Amino acid sequence: MRSYISRQLVQLVVVVLGISLLAFVILHVLGDPVLLLLPQNAGKEEFERYRHLLGLDRPLYVQYWKFLSGAVIGDFGKSWYADTPAFRLVIERMPPTIYLTLAGLLVALLIALPLGILAALKRHSWVDSLCTAVAVAGQAAPLFWLGIMLIIVFAVRLRMLPASGYGTWRHFLLPSFCLGAALAPITMRLVRSGVIEVMNMEFIKTARAKGVAEPMVVVKHAFRNACIPVITVLGLQFGQLLGGAIITETVFAWPGVATLTVESIRNQDFPVVQCAVILLALVIVVVNLAVDIVVAVIDPRIRTGA
Amino acid sequence: MKAVSAERKVELVALREPAPAAGEERPALRRIGRLRWGLAAGGVLLVIVASAVFAPWIAPHDPLAVNIRHRLAVPAWMEGGTAAHFLGTDQVGRDLLSRMIFGGRVSLVVGVAAVLLSSSIGVLLGLGAGYFGRRTDWTIMTGVNVMLTFPFVLLALAVIAVLGPSLVNMIIVLGVAGWPIYARVVRAETMAIREREFVLAGRALGMSHLRIVFRQIVPNLTSAIVVIATLQVAQVIILESFLSFLGLGIQPPTPAWGNMLGEGRVYMLNSWWIATFPGLAIFVTTLMINLMGNALRDWLDPHMKL
Repeated sequence: MRSYISRQLVQLVVVVLGISLLAFVILHVLGDPVLLLLPQNAGKEEFERYRHLLGLDRPLYVQYWKFLSGAVIGDFGKSWYADTPAFRLVIERMPPTIYLTLAGLLVALLIALPLGILAALKRHSWVDSLCTAVAVAGQAAPLFWLGIMLIIVFAVRLRMLPASGYGTWRHFLLPSFCLGAALAPITMRLVRSGVIEVMNMEFIKTARAKGVAEPMVVVKHAFRNACIPVITVLGLQFGQLLGGAIITETVFAWPGVATLTVESIRNQDFPVVQCAVILLALVIVVVNLAVDIVVAVIDPRIRTGA
Repeated sequence: MKAVSAERKVELVALREPAPAAGEERPALRRIGRLRWGLAAGGVLLVIVASAVFAPWIAPHDPLAVNIRHRLAVPAWMEGGTAAHFLGTDQVGRDLLSRMIFGGRVSLVVGVAAVLLSSSIGVLLGLGAGYFGRRTDWTIMTGVNVMLTFPFVLLALAVIAVLGPSLVNMIIVLGVAGWPIYARVVRAETMAIREREFVLAGRALGMSHLRIVFRQIVPNLTSAIVVIATLQVAQVIILESFLSFLGLGIQPPTPAWGNMLGEGRVYMLNSWWIATFPGLAIFVTTLMINLMGNALRDWLDPHMKL
């Protein structure tokens, strides 16, 4: 088990390094910050002076090293726009994003688990067909459009819920439903196929033969085993979930990291963009690691590599 | 890397439809049923593509013609609507239906072009990783893990922010960002095919690596690649619309489903139709592509593990 975790940790470090390199390359090599910072009619000397000031005239590997060594201790430089450390700006916006993501996950599970199990048990019945149809449709619906439709119906027409903002539980309902609805289809299909697979196995027959009541068979024997692929894929999907949270935030003006990132991109505030991107990636990588460990604990076949 | 491959295996198993128990159903019949759905979806898609291609002849109005006097006109079936503007008009009186017909061009061009680009990159890298193994494999798969960890949306946002929004940049970004999914599948399949007898026979006969890869392995992968590519077109269309929705994609006044939706959001309080219909167009198009992709998978290879 210990070697398994250390192997995963090495991978985590490699992936985070790769992401920092990617973020660095995108912002420093593809674009020239000075060109964006100074007015177009600025003189050549002015450009050079600014380049020197920001350390942009040094070799790229030196710049990357400086950036990386700062990032390790949480120093991503100052925001070019707000004159506060980028790290603090991003960290302040982190909780709303995390709450939204968790709420979305919860909604997705609340929808997907019962429907997935039901579809698996009543396989090829009309319930199953209906669930599949809804799932296929749900996977095709663009998240940002779904969000706007929810706003039009529940906020504008029915005036039941706030269209945007943050604070009370009422503000959570529309965004988390929107995000959850986007994640529910794939989760539901996974639960369904997982349960179907497990229901055909020998130990289910054994449990039935022993006279275990059918609901007990489903919940205790089938569902628990079907959880493994679901947890694994949900872990892998976490990046997508966070990506969905980014889209949801922009639609509902949710004060999280994503709205900050989009604002910063509009303002060409690169330190903040860089910091946000790396911290979000870090969250994803850590969650993935946690999921790997949880799955390895549940399922010994994985940690022994069998 | 071993732990990762085990985890992928779990995922692939989970996504596969389990084999039906004997006498439970008639799979051939269901296949034909799904195929019929796929054909119908293909038909609808053909209509969408044709209307985009022949937009100048089909569209009732010039998509850019401003008519302030008829601004925010309601759709024809509502009280006060006119048949001249079937889906109503937007905030400056442009005909919504005409803009939607023209807007499809952007989405379809970006979708197809980006998928061609990303599948080329992904297939080549996947072949390299799967065929040569060892260090090549490790490097490429680390790249895949980095890219899959990073939310696609965030990556696209950052790059567009630096490069500036344009049609070509969008194709490049979405094309370059989308390769990992192809690489992953192609790598796994290549590793399996590499061990088959006919490849060994080719090696024994003295065939070069290039010839083995492109003559023996690639032909065995085409169905998988075609299916992924089809399904990816839908994903790219959704992302392209989201970027345009944020104002980071196709710039107004050029009509694109995404930027129409973004503009319509401002007016959703009173004029719901401006945001609703372009989103509906994205939804229907991606739904049809997904249905067709699923049918294609069943038709080409019902046992495909995708």
